[in-house]
Amino acid sequence: MFYLENVSKIFPTTDGKVSAVQQVNLEIRDGEIFGIIGFSGAGKSTLVRCLNLLERPTEGRVLFGDLDLTKASDKELREARRSIGMIFQQFNLLSQRNVLDNICYPLEIAGVDKKAARERAKELLDVVDLADKTYAYPSQLSGGQKQRVAIARALATNPKVLLCDEATSALDPLTTRNILTLLQDINKKMGVTIVIITHEMRVVEQICDRVAVMSSGVVEEVGTVQEIFENPKSETGKKLVIPDASEGIPVPTKDFIRIVFDGRSSYEPVLSQLILHTGLELNILGARTEDINGTAYGQMLIEAPSDRASLQAIRDFLLAKDIPSELVSMQEV
Amino acid sequence: MDSQILGLLAQGIGETFYMVVVSTVAAYVIGIPLGVLLYVTAEDGILPNKVIYAIFSFVINVVRSVPFLILVVAILPFTRKVVGTTIGSTATIVPLVVAAAPFVARMVESSLKEVDAGVIEAAKAMGSTNWQIIRKVLIPEARPSLLIGMTISFATILGYSAMAGFVGGGGLGAIAVNYGYYRYQVDVMLITVAILVLIVQIFQEGGMRLVDKIDRRKKL
Ligand SMILES: Nc1ncnc2c1ncn2[C@@H]1O[C@H](COP(=O)(O)OP(=O)(O)OP(=O)(O)O)[C@@H](O)[C@H]1O
Ligand SMILES: [Mg+2]
Repeated sequence: MFYLENVSKIFPTTDGKVSAVQQVNLEIRDGEIFGIIGFSGAGKSTLVRCLNLLERPTEGRVLFGDLDLTKASDKELREARRSIGMIFQQFNLLSQRNVLDNICYPLEIAGVDKKAARERAKELLDVVDLADKTYAYPSQLSGGQKQRVAIARALATNPKVLLCDEATSALDPLTTRNILTLLQDINKKMGVTIVIITHEMRVVEQICDRVAVMSSGVVEEVGTVQEIFENPKSETGKKLVIPDASEGIPVPTKDFIRIVFDGRSSYEPVLSQLILHTGLELNILGARTEDINGTAYGQMLIEAPSDRASLQAIRDFLLAKDIPSELVSMQEV
Repeated sequence: MDSQILGLLAQGIGETFYMVVVSTVAAYVIGIPLGVLLYVTAEDGILPNKVIYAIFSFVINVVRSVPFLILVVAILPFTRKVVGTTIGSTATIVPLVVAAAPFVARMVESSLKEVDAGVIEAAKAMGSTNWQIIRKVLIPEARPSLLIGMTISFATILGYSAMAGFVGGGGLGAIAVNYGYYRYQVDVMLITVAILVLIVQIFQEGGMRLVDKIDRRKKL
């Protein structure tokens, strides 16, 4: 779908040059849901904007299929953009058009006749489950509904890929989950490749197949969600997988062991067996497990015992049970 | 007050409307493309062009900084060339348009600047041409603000048209000048001023109501 070769983007600013994206090499495969995760200012938005050339890379090539977008003519680029849908954190709907006419916009500019456009728009309203808001204006919709309209609009021209820049960051957790489920359906049923930008690991956990971890304009690691979640190699990856206060778990101040539940084992039996087996009193700092696609998925943080022997006992137990875990030192994070 | 003066006032109102409406329309016919050009070529526009922006911006600023009465006199030869005379309502339309078009251009520019950059970005991402962005996104999204600008422009042009009464223009301004200033008939002058105030009020109010009606951003 996309190949990025050595892509860099440097912004000249009054305080000197800002390297928002540096030497990124990346492949986004047909049909996958690809996540790009990183903290604020990591360059995620800039990178995804390089995919449809809203931002022209200062260096490198962006291949969309066989077409090098950095060398494409204006006309070729506009055509390509019809195959690359995009949705945004702030929805960016046309405030003076109703829902139906918003969805018709991309068809209108592609020269589709009005009647056919309206029919297609109505089909899409069914897909995003918003048929009862056909003639409403954006100001009359909730955030989640606005994002559904934006998704319908982005799908109108039958794109091959959908770019989502923090598409759920302005939404509450429940609405986020619903929108992510909708995106997953679109990916499965229509075969649309999806690129998701987020700073939340739980978004990646819920729907991504593979994920790139970004920091200071650099892609630090790329892997399957499971690989990154169980065994993050980069510093940023390590920080991102630790659940944060927004998920009800305060960030620990002492060294801790992070135990990952990947669907093979579930929370309670592991914990009781661990206590029985080691005979230790365990201090649980926090836990978050979820049922994702039918399997328990999540993590638990327990305080690392200060003596080496107890620590080793816990780690040996987890190793024997084949449960992924890591010791996280707070000096390091 | 005798019927002669009433007739005179009625004629003045008619002339004023004629001047102001024709001038407003003409000023917008020139001002909208100019405003769009300013918006598009500005540094953060959709087709930035420093040279074009600087040239048009400078010319507009120059025309806008010339006091209206001086402008009327300065372009008398041009006015004569265009309409064949320099006095009366039709002749006043020429300097009114010359003075108002740059003003309108700035109003249009600032209305377009209010359009959310994210919406324009979304339009680009969907494969819009620049022309489609201007026609189908910028102008419709700015419509309420453009309309508010129009009521302001209308009131400004009305004010200019009254001033033109001093230098041979027609309409209510001429009546106020002739009766109030030259013949000391203060009552006639006050009435014309009251009528001018009333016209501004009606248009301002009507414009705002219309804006409220067409703007879809508010919650219903
Ligand atoms: N148009 C621009 N001009 C100058 N600097 C920019 C521009 N756009 C982005 N930057 C800089 O590039 C860096 C990366 O920004 P970017 O928006 O891509 O980050 P991000 O990962 O999307 O962050 P967030 O999670 O806050 O959205 C930041 O330092 C930002 O200040
Ligand atoms: Mg961003």
